[in-house]
Amino acid sequence: MSLKFPIYMDYHATTPVDPRVIETMLPYFNEKFGNAASRSHAYGWTAEEAVSVARERVAALIGAKNPKEIVFTSGATESDNLAIKGVAEFYKEKGDHIITTVIEHKAVLDTCKRLEKDGCRVTYVGVGPDGMVDPAEIEKAMTDKTILVSVMLANNEVGTVQPIEAIGKLTRARGVLLHTDAVQGIGKVPFDVEALNVDLASITAHKMYGPKGVGALYVRRSKPRVRLTAQMDGGGHEFGMRSGTLNVPGIVGFGRAAELMRLEGVEEAKRFVSLRERLLASLSKSLDAIQINDHPTQHLPGNLNVSFSFVEGEALMMAIKDVACSSGSACTSASLEPSYVLHAMGIGDDIAHSSIRFGLGRWTTEEEVDFVIQLVSQKVQKLRDMSPLYEMHKEGIDLASVQWAAH
Amino acid sequence: MASAPIYLDHNATTPVLPEVLEAMLPYFSERFGNPSSQHPYGREAREAVDRARGEVAAAIDATPEEIVFTSGGTESNNLAIFGASRARPYRHHVVTSAVEHPAIREPLGWLERQGTTVDWLHVDASGRVSARDAERVVTDRTLMVTVMHANNETGSVQPIAQLSELARASGALAHSDAAQSLGKIPLSVRALGVDLLTIAGHKVYAPKGVGALYVRQGCLLSPFALGASHERGLRPGTEAVPAIVALGRACAIAAREVEAERRRLLGLASRLFERLRARVAGLALNGPALEDPERLPNTLSVRFPGVTGVAVLERAPSVAASTGSACHQGEVHAPKGIVACGVPEDQAVGTVRLSLGRLNDERQIDDAADALAAAFEEVAPR
Repeated sequence: MSLKFPIYMDYHATTPVDPRVIETMLPYFNEKFGNAASRSHAYGWTAEEAVSVARERVAALIGAKNPKEIVFTSGATESDNLAIKGVAEFYKEKGDHIITTVIEHKAVLDTCKRLEKDGCRVTYVGVGPDGMVDPAEIEKAMTDKTILVSVMLANNEVGTVQPIEAIGKLTRARGVLLHTDAVQGIGKVPFDVEALNVDLASITAHKMYGPKGVGALYVRRSKPRVRLTAQMDGGGHEFGMRSGTLNVPGIVGFGRAAELMRLEGVEEAKRFVSLRERLLASLSKSLDAIQINDHPTQHLPGNLNVSFSFVEGEALMMAIKDVACSSGSACTSASLEPSYVLHAMGIGDDIAHSSIRFGLGRWTTEEEVDFVIQLVSQKVQKLRDMSPLYEMHKEGIDLASVQWAAH
Repeated sequence: MASAPIYLDHNATTPVLPEVLEAMLPYFSERFGNPSSQHPYGREAREAVDRARGEVAAAIDATPEEIVFTSGGTESNNLAIFGASRARPYRHHVVTSAVEHPAIREPLGWLERQGTTVDWLHVDASGRVSARDAERVVTDRTLMVTVMHANNETGSVQPIAQLSELARASGALAHSDAAQSLGKIPLSVRALGVDLLTIAGHKVYAPKGVGALYVRQGCLLSPFALGASHERGLRPGTEAVPAIVALGRACAIAAREVEAERRRLLGLASRLFERLRARVAGLALNGPALEDPERLPNTLSVRFPGVTGVAVLERAPSVAASTGSACHQGEVHAPKGIVACGVPEDQAVGTVRLSLGRLNDERQIDDAADALAAAFEEVAPR
């Protein structure tokens, strides 16, 4: 089979919709197109029924006991906003303190910043050099006024899978709610809201081979029953937590994508692990002075974030145009600021700028991986051959000790 | 559905047009990139979003920079209201109508609980507010005047241009929910003079889960959802590219065909009304008369005498229509929008809203009239 260029290795940014998902959702655009809120005719009933099947499928994927714990939204950004602002508003009599981490997605960080302006207190816990949040840090930050802890399941840049189980034990013991932005981890690493004591979880379809524009917020209904102040009013859809005509085809597609993930995710992840291993091993063999930014063991199966010392990030991206990957999170890479996630891990700007995130996914082939290995090795070597710094490095000069003359 | 009922509920939602579906399909699989990505997959998606923005803008006489994509009409309305209120917290007064959609009523109710004063303008028998009433309550403390362009239940078109002028004169914003009017009557944000205008994809033959808010250049809003800086910082979240592409195409079609479709629908609606009236003695029309130029061509809200609309529809399973607002149906309560027009509750319960659209032709209209008349004859008191 011939390769299609550029080779897509940016599955963390978004995924194509699985053909089986498209097939499932298609009839809901023009044949079964009813408004799920229409109670007086079959078009409406058919739509409502389809939504409830999808709700069950999404619930099953994350181990939710009750399908009603799934609130459909327009995506993870909305889910994050609803979870955090919804809890902050509803529980404001109980407390005003939220704990999150410095490596969260912008949707969580910016929502927390807004809440700070509105009078909430937010503690941003840091991460170790391995990108891991320390549950003890969360425990230390907890006060009597803490109402919510929000920690992502897996980081979108370095793929670190966070210790949600340990954090869940802490929050449960203290009667604090636990929210997790589970967008990147779902289906790829074990995630069960009951086993992990998660109270709120944000998920989105377009990172798991479903369509863009649909997501969900898991909201626990018992032990404890989580209450939220709705952020979007008008009609009281979704158990009063999220108004607006239901995106029936999107929801149907999301449901199918969730079902496929539940049935195939674990098997599929094994394949990613071996492809990633191949990529990592070959790059390490053919190039010196590379740094792996993923956690050595607790990382997403299809994630490889690697920094190439002595090459400039933009030049590298230009040189490897035949592979579509990302040099930071998709949402922030439009700016040339170094990744705040790598920064939080103590990685210097120069290294951060030369880091590439490879995201492997459902249609990544061995052939593609081999091509990328060859391309990247070759191009990095070529760029380094032009670099006086690399030459000094090879001569054994410790660059950190060099006194640079001003000019 | 083996034998599909005749669909007369286009004000609740519409099917996606084949041309629209065709335009969006490639963006699910081949052109699936995230518009924020810098590689060709991302750029291709970004270009598609930009093209769609241009199409939506052109359809309503706006510029592309004035279009903010959202998840639908409800979000657009929420963004307009909360966004304006947050940007100008020193203005504590809103003027609206008594017949708004819940996506306007409920956010305003929330503002009311926070201390904002809301004036809910009454409507007359044709379902219309009067600009004179609005004039009496608008002050220099008014944050916005928000009145829907066309009503979902009666189809009456509101005097938006006059209301906008009033708002402008007091430094208030003019917002209009145009979910029901786009594609049914000509629509120009310049002619209406609005600062903000809501569009809902699934009412114009685009899919559910996408909409837009027109935000006039220079009109300041504060985002109400937070995240990365998509959509000029007003609406974060990865763009729903296929749905946005579809909305663009649907708006282009709506603009292109609005005049022809308007005439066709008005013809069908008149035919339906005449046929029903011939068989149902005492049948009445809610809202504006069919000859009234300020009405949606497709919306026929009729009152069957001495029965409930629910009972009529139950006995006419070959017709898919609604008795109240599709988004917010009560059980046997009279539709609020009809009662607001001054129809007594015991008569208003006989209401059936027949909203026509692209799926309908003359034959369907005749069949539907027969089915409804027969259903009425079954339930009517003798």
